[in-house]
Amino acid sequence: MFYAACCHSLLTMTPGAISTPISQRRKLRQRRRAPCPRSHNRMDPFEDTLRRLRETFQVGHTRSAEFRAAQLRGLGRFLQDNKQLLHDALAQDLHKSAFESELSEVAISQGEVNLALRNLRAWMKDEHVPKSLATQLDSAFIRKEPFGLVLIIAPWNYPLNLTLVPLVGALAAGNCVVLKPSEISKSIEKILAEELPRYLDQSCFAVVLGGPQETGQLLEHRFDYIFFTGSPRVGKIVMTAAAKHLTPVTLELGGKNPCYVDDNCDPQIVANRVAWFRYFNAGQTCVAPDYLLCSPEMQERLLPALQSTITRFYGDDPQSSPNLGRIINQKHFQRLRALLGCGRVAIGGQSDEHDRYIAPTVLVDVQEAEPVMQEEIFGPILPIMNVRGVDEAIEFINRREKPLALFAFSNSSQVVKRILAQTSSGGFCGNDGFMHITLASLPFGGVGASGIGRYHGKFSFDTFSHHRACLLRSPGMEKLNAIRYPPHSPRHLRKLVVAMEARDCSCTLL
Amino acid sequence: MKDEPGSTNLFTKLDSAFVRKEPFGLVLIIAPWNYPVNLNLVPLVGALAAGNCVVLKPSEISRGTEKVLAEVLPQYLDQRCFAVVLGGPEEMGQLLEHKFDYIFFTGSPRVGKIVMTAAAKHLTPVTLELGGKNPCYVDDDCDPQIVANRVAWFRYFNAGQTCVAPDYLLCSPEMQERLLPALQSTITRFYGDDPQSSPNLGRIINQKHFQRLRALLGCGRVAIGGQSDEHDRYIAPTVLVDVQEAEPVMQEEIFGPILPIMNVRGMDEAIEFINRREKPLALYAFSNSSQVVNQMLERTSSGSFGGNDGFMYMTLLSLPFGGVGHSGMGRYRGKFTFDTFSHHRACLLCPAGLENLNDIRYPPYSDRVQQLTRWALGSQSCTLL
Repeated sequence: MFYAACCHSLLTMTPGAISTPISQRRKLRQRRRAPCPRSHNRMDPFEDTLRRLRETFQVGHTRSAEFRAAQLRGLGRFLQDNKQLLHDALAQDLHKSAFESELSEVAISQGEVNLALRNLRAWMKDEHVPKSLATQLDSAFIRKEPFGLVLIIAPWNYPLNLTLVPLVGALAAGNCVVLKPSEISKSIEKILAEELPRYLDQSCFAVVLGGPQETGQLLEHRFDYIFFTGSPRVGKIVMTAAAKHLTPVTLELGGKNPCYVDDNCDPQIVANRVAWFRYFNAGQTCVAPDYLLCSPEMQERLLPALQSTITRFYGDDPQSSPNLGRIINQKHFQRLRALLGCGRVAIGGQSDEHDRYIAPTVLVDVQEAEPVMQEEIFGPILPIMNVRGVDEAIEFINRREKPLALFAFSNSSQVVKRILAQTSSGGFCGNDGFMHITLASLPFGGVGASGIGRYHGKFSFDTFSHHRACLLRSPGMEKLNAIRYPPHSPRHLRKLVVAMEARDCSCTLL
Repeated sequence: MKDEPGSTNLFTKLDSAFVRKEPFGLVLIIAPWNYPVNLNLVPLVGALAAGNCVVLKPSEISRGTEKVLAEVLPQYLDQRCFAVVLGGPEEMGQLLEHKFDYIFFTGSPRVGKIVMTAAAKHLTPVTLELGGKNPCYVDDDCDPQIVANRVAWFRYFNAGQTCVAPDYLLCSPEMQERLLPALQSTITRFYGDDPQSSPNLGRIINQKHFQRLRALLGCGRVAIGGQSDEHDRYIAPTVLVDVQEAEPVMQEEIFGPILPIMNVRGMDEAIEFINRREKPLALYAFSNSSQVVNQMLERTSSGSFGGNDGFMYMTLLSLPFGGVGHSGMGRYRGKFTFDTFSHHRACLLCPAGLENLNDIRYPPYSDRVQQLTRWALGSQSCTLL
């Protein structure tokens, strides 16, 4: 794996490979299969790539709006030109339906590209700020600057979206980018490695490949920003590595997203909404409702409703539905199959190893200590925990790590607002699933163990920009400064303090 | 504290979308000794305003202030949600083993790494206000007396123990010749003929830093000042010339009343010099030409930037204060502090009914439905509704 990664890196390092005719590609593939030379020192396959990108950044290549817009347009063309290829790859990796691929991967990514293109100049503009009396004649503003060399590490569950949406922000902000897609979603990884670089300027963009070992090696290098999407466990590793270089990070992690269902609800509506968000992408979604909290009475009403919904969505034989995904690999399939043994299967529970298929499942009578209530499920399994009301639900939720998302269903807006007010989470949705992440005007990120930082839309641009405070003063008018210089007097001090006060205060001296 | 509304797309037009600011929980503020009231209290304001509980760890080095903060401050706050903890590096290490919901640290890059590594174990977000060597470029096209006034004030304020003070000057040999007498004149104007007896000049915090600074006086050649008094921990306002880049005074953050001058042949060389080094917390450029000032701004990076003055921008609460690269991460002051200590929670409140509207998103799917959905998602800026 190391040799393959090493040679893959050699492949992505090839400068000027804008178009690679078939014969050349064949030669490159052959080169890839050949073993890399072993040296007595530990080989660093990334050093040359990173140096090249840094040098490009130093000369200011990525700074102009024109350049950034060209990169974003290139990204848009990549999505348009390769749409079918991408759909096929997503189907191969995760058995995603065309609908899911379009909605949650291609369209979202395209939307972010378009938003960034429309707003790029506005986002890049210096932000002028209110001044004090002392600085009235000066120019005070915040300048957005790229950090430099940015590393984006993406996961396998939405391998296009979670790679490209951060990339949009990083490019719009003027950075050079190293992209490390997940090696687990192999088909998409291949397209990102082989096709995507052709649409971008390769002097400031590279895709690097590999598994945990290569990622560890990569993280020893210094980056100016690291954007990571993945598990909390690996998030800690990334942040620890970043700390060695004082590199700022955004960590989009996960957790168990609670979904409270009040007694005052229409169970069929709740069932529709919860099921759609739970079983989307076969449950492999960081913001999916992870478990339900409701009273035993509500549970009795929900179960038939959920069964009805599942049949409506996926038919009597969900395994033959084109609209249900598959588990990414054997390891996760086995992990999920083991979870089916927790509590009691109320709906579903079937699995098929050859297909990596897990049926849309609902578990009841689960104990808090069981694995299904301990780890993030990340599969089409929905356990129901019984609580006696809102208070117990809130107390249960607050005993645990802050999740990435929290959901509350009730006809009473008071109940919804109470859950919102008395809990914390990355994001919150009342009476629906993760619809909130489709809004680029809302920041997307975690809190506590579910993450640090946020992105989407302008938040991505801001995440990948350093906001530099600037004050430009006149080289003359030195008399005005006299009151600040020693020897000091109380009179001067009084004048200075007044002059420093914010101009937009309610005092009307001037 | 108010919820900030967000714009909706077609799918969410009937919903309420907003960002809610929430406290993180238990916040740790670790403060340094150079502005021991300011750098404890200003972050504290933000942490309290954002609704957090706070543990304050003032520096044990600024003992007078530490005592007041430990004994008097808690009397003014609700002690169920505020505590001052005391101690040195060992106690701080112990403190950092605990889990906090936010850590705000002001200090050196070296300790910043330790804090961030400790924070990583608990996935605790951090703001690190660090330091560096803040370059100050002085163009040939300048009034040397004005520059001398401004640079000297910001350099010798608090006896140079300021993270945003100009750390070293970059100018041509010709400019240096004009600056030196101007700097001498300014220093005399500010502190008199015997600066040690001026009430307006600070002292070095402790013996360790005094000795460190006294050693730096041996770098290059003393052009102005150079006197020191161990009993008083006094270092005279000093200017060094003929310094080499490899000397300690050009390697470590000075944090004292010593100003070395490095010669460059023009703006390009200055920019190249600056960019070869770590990004500083502050960067200054003096020139009568606004083009020169803007070039310096464009072609470098730093936490913040001052054109034709020192850290005057610190007085503007509408500007964020923070570093970049080795000089730090995150920012604060004014509303930025409140935002730093708040989690911005994305919220969407949907109606419990109106389920028909959701039908188009449920399987089984059709092509037309896909088109419609794609359009509805992307409609955030359209004015149909």
